[in-house]
Amino acid sequence: MSTETDDTLFTDVDLVWEHRKNRIFLAIIFAASLFGVVALALLLLDVASDFYVGLTEYNISLVDFFTRDGSRREELSGFRGAIVASIMLMIVTAILSFFVGVGSAIYLEEYAPDNHITRLIEANLANLAGVPSIVYGLLALAAFVNGIGMGPILLAGAIALGLLVMPIIIVSSQEALRAVPDGVRNGSYATGATEWQTIRRVVLPAAMPGIMTGTILGLARAIGETAPLIMVGALFVNRMPYGPLDRFSAMPTQIYNWAAEPSQHFIHLAAVGIVVLLAFVFAMNAAAIYVRNKYETEV
Amino acid sequence: MATDHESEPTTNDAQLITTDVQATGTGRNGEPTEPVVTARDLDVHYGAEQALNDVDIDIPEHRVTAIIGPSGCGKSTFLRCVNRMNDQIDSCRIDGELSFHGKNVYDEDVDPVALRRKIGMVFQKPNPFPKSIYDNVAYGLRVQGMAGDVDLDAAVERALRGAALWDEVNDQLDSSGLDLSGGQQQRLCIARAIAPDPEVILMDEPTSALDPVAASKIEDLIDDLADEYTVIIVTHNMQQAARISDKTAVFLTGGNLVEFDETPTIFENPADDRVEDYITGKFG
Repeated sequence: MSTETDDTLFTDVDLVWEHRKNRIFLAIIFAASLFGVVALALLLLDVASDFYVGLTEYNISLVDFFTRDGSRREELSGFRGAIVASIMLMIVTAILSFFVGVGSAIYLEEYAPDNHITRLIEANLANLAGVPSIVYGLLALAAFVNGIGMGPILLAGAIALGLLVMPIIIVSSQEALRAVPDGVRNGSYATGATEWQTIRRVVLPAAMPGIMTGTILGLARAIGETAPLIMVGALFVNRMPYGPLDRFSAMPTQIYNWAAEPSQHFIHLAAVGIVVLLAFVFAMNAAAIYVRNKYETEV
Repeated sequence: MATDHESEPTTNDAQLITTDVQATGTGRNGEPTEPVVTARDLDVHYGAEQALNDVDIDIPEHRVTAIIGPSGCGKSTFLRCVNRMNDQIDSCRIDGELSFHGKNVYDEDVDPVALRRKIGMVFQKPNPFPKSIYDNVAYGLRVQGMAGDVDLDAAVERALRGAALWDEVNDQLDSSGLDLSGGQQQRLCIARAIAPDPEVILMDEPTSALDPVAASKIEDLIDDLADEYTVIIVTHNMQQAARISDKTAVFLTGGNLVEFDETPTIFENPADDRVEDYITGKFG
């Protein structure tokens, strides 16, 4: 027995290289996680500089931009029609997709028996979520614009976008419903409630924040979709739609249109449009985060 | 089969006698009472696994009947048969008869929702809804369509008083039921169960998730509840069964009801050796 410190106690354990590997790997994964942030920052910087140049060198007036519709003449062009069309699209898309999507999720989570048909539906939903957006545009073009002779109207675009966001709404609603503890359901049944009473009075209110978050995030994706709207013919339309049966061009298609013009003035109009579109997307994402944080402690 | 009276008549004289007591049981005030819940040849299977084996029992009105036994003996399964909560489990198959006031609850013409409006239930883990205390208690009255016929405020107060919770929450009825402590949540669930005024209250180990102080409050409450309701309580705590129940049923492994008698008899002078072994801790 010795009370002196034994300096050689750990000398046989060599960890220098292991610790170095630890640090190297940490640096690599940290760089990987920064990549997305840096890429987004560069994109925003580029858009912001174009936005600034547009406002100063090309004298784009923000007042005119928000109060005029699109035009063939660059100095008379504005974004109002496109903004109104996009807002209308979101409303109609939300109406079309929310009830069908939440209804499907309720059926699949609360009622559906575990059989082949249910599994087939769920596998199809997973596939639908991965279908390229242009395919939804093609579907709407074939079935609604031409098929039943709807024409290239806003409702047709909303149907295409509604089909696009429906899988997102269904999957996020299913997750929200699954997060409601079964004990709460049993408590309701044991109190003499029917299945529908249980769903309407207990399960849905508890799941609603999650459902709303998923729906808003789905719509935030839809508002930036360009390809399906091009397919249904939302291009080269400059006037503001007054209802879902009017022809239209939404924010992304208007930007696409302007960006394809040879004139630098139009290209900078597109940059200003992108800033407005991004503001909409960020506002919707912020709303989703707000809803989630406000209610997440409730259950 | 151990529970079958005819097959072993010589060793089961005590059970034959208790069967007579069951049929014409006496309430706490000495009046004879009719059995409220009766089981005859009740078998329950989950898939290929047998959870209850040939159970016969007569549960008397307005008394506390405790069901005890080791884990996996089928005591919770029996409780969930009474209000057909086992319907929620796809693999569950039920044979034999389980009657409520003489009517087999598994008959074609019995709606389980209607049955559950007469038989309330309290679960092992407190499960208040993510709603206000008031809405939790009023829930049963609302879903049962009674909210318009009764004074809802008075009914909520009566249920909360019945669950010994009123004094603690009467100034915060609008706050969430989830903000209460575990013991308060469980009493809230009892208030929710008694608010629509059922006849029977089923309790599935209602104190096992609670600390001893909260558990003893619930135990006191159960004793009071038996004045108005028939209480059937599953517990794995034998001391609790001895303290609060009037009659005790002992289930042992394999889903067999081995003995059912007055609680003092079960704990002091059980007829079956296996029950004695279980009570004295030699097995289970």
